[in-house]
Amino acid sequence: MIIQGKCHTFGNDIDTDAIIPARYLNTSDPEELARHCMEDADPTFAGRVQKGEIIVAGKNFGCGSSREHAPVAIKAAGVAAVIAASFARIFYRNAINIGLPIFESPAAAAGIAAGDEVKIDAEKGEIVNLTKGETYQAAPFPPFMQELIAAGGLMPYVARKVKAHV
Amino acid sequence: MGMTITEKILAAHAGLDHVEPGQLINARIDLALGNDITAPLAIKEFKKLGLKKVFDPERVVLVPDHFTPAKDIKSAEQAKILRDFAREQGLAHYFEIGRMGIEHCLLPEAGLVGPGDLVIGADSHTCTYGALGAFATGVGSTDLAAAMATGELWFKVPETILFRYHGKLKPWVGGKDLILYTIGQIGVDGARYMAMEFTGEAIKELSMDGRFTMANMAIEAGAKNGIFPVDEKTIAYIRGRLQRDYRIYQSDPDARYAREIDIDAGSIEPQVALPHLPENARSVREIGEIKIDQVVIGSCTNGRLEDLRVAAEILKGQKVHPEVRLIVIPGTQKIYAEALAEGLISIFIEAGAAVSTPTCGPCLGGHMGILAQGERALATTNRNFVGRMGHPESEVYLAGPAVAAASAVKGRIAAPEEVVK
Repeated sequence: MIIQGKCHTFGNDIDTDAIIPARYLNTSDPEELARHCMEDADPTFAGRVQKGEIIVAGKNFGCGSSREHAPVAIKAAGVAAVIAASFARIFYRNAINIGLPIFESPAAAAGIAAGDEVKIDAEKGEIVNLTKGETYQAAPFPPFMQELIAAGGLMPYVARKVKAHV
Repeated sequence: MGMTITEKILAAHAGLDHVEPGQLINARIDLALGNDITAPLAIKEFKKLGLKKVFDPERVVLVPDHFTPAKDIKSAEQAKILRDFAREQGLAHYFEIGRMGIEHCLLPEAGLVGPGDLVIGADSHTCTYGALGAFATGVGSTDLAAAMATGELWFKVPETILFRYHGKLKPWVGGKDLILYTIGQIGVDGARYMAMEFTGEAIKELSMDGRFTMANMAIEAGAKNGIFPVDEKTIAYIRGRLQRDYRIYQSDPDARYAREIDIDAGSIEPQVALPHLPENARSVREIGEIKIDQVVIGSCTNGRLEDLRVAAEILKGQKVHPEVRLIVIPGTQKIYAEALAEGLISIFIEAGAAVSTPTCGPCLGGHMGILAQGERALATTNRNFVGRMGHPESEVYLAGPAVAAASAVKGRIAAPEEVVK
């Protein structure tokens, strides 16, 4: 899978309250959540982001609450991928489970500026900054996680397992 | 090579003799938990599988505690999804308003978690149960759905950081101060993906309520779980609560740790974490003059009986500062009843506090005490992120119940000794 788009940048320790504030958690409707995506980090983001664009952030992206509404909001806002120097662990799991592509690369997080056009080869984990002419390598996924990603997330994988047992 | 408590519990639940940090395993779940924010998504995903029943109706626990008693129509609809599912599935442990509590105060109290258990919860503070010597970790809704369906889940075996707390704690210093100090030392991602194992003579002296507070905030250092060795205090706590067998695991002397950190707990002063990260911990004496508008004493971090006793000790015969709102939220109905019987609730009310039924409410900016623009709160909760308790331009300072009670009296962040000599 090739993902190509313009990047929006954020800093370190972007928590899930900033990604989707709890005042909107009385619903789990993705479209409604998307309207408030990243609101407490950048209130203008949800209005600006275009389908297929990419979020780039520093370390510990998605720390805090376990709310899956965070990756759901990002995905429903049309964001094609998140690149970060590192991810908090529950966010990491949640993103893989719901099929939001994520890439861990400190070099990419440091090198990409807001507005840069970036092309990601998801299989190779290769991130090319077309604006700057730089290439960064993302940490590879272990084979089991590649299997989850290929299945489209955890539930399709579980559904296969459940069917096999029935 | 020996194993840590965390590794032993994971190995046992994966049916393996030995596991190594970094290893991916499939493990059996003893208990799976959801709340009114996370469970509706999990139930939706579960239903898509077309399964009639959860893997075990005794082992799926639902607690509507975040936006309850329902704060608005949408929240009522979310809570109803849990209620309907619990009835339809015949879940043994669904907790209704008036008979419930904040999930992480409630589950240990109700005897649903024991030493050696593997617990997952679609709530990041599920790590609280590590105080009982269990492996407990927060996951998302889809993981909860998978666990409800199959009774198992994949895990990456975490590395462990060993913490040793030396010395005797100063007056008014408790679990909250130890964990805020620790997060201040290692940072909000200092234990990312890792287990935090809490040991040392200061830990042996620490109450179970203090241990729950510490394990609860392991996630605020990015940890997968926090865990305590089981001792006589653990056993005394589970006696009369836990109605089933359990297994005690201890770390081997040659267990491998990613890091070992020694902390002179005897030198730690009451702590306050400044906005907007829990790692911004300082001694209360270094804070300076910071006026506050609201104090919250409660939450899954500090809503237990010992916390209320500490607050009452300071508030007894005192009045809440005229420009401060004090909100006290007992963690469970049982804690509420005990606080009432001990006269603590009268102390709070006579001091001018509002006392609420158990709810997560204000901790996550849900209800029961939302902050306006420019307002500042001191709370015994666990997160001081931007907008956490209300308006994005409000501020949250984190502390333990002693500093919270003293600050409510003084109208500014204050050390307990400023109120009680």
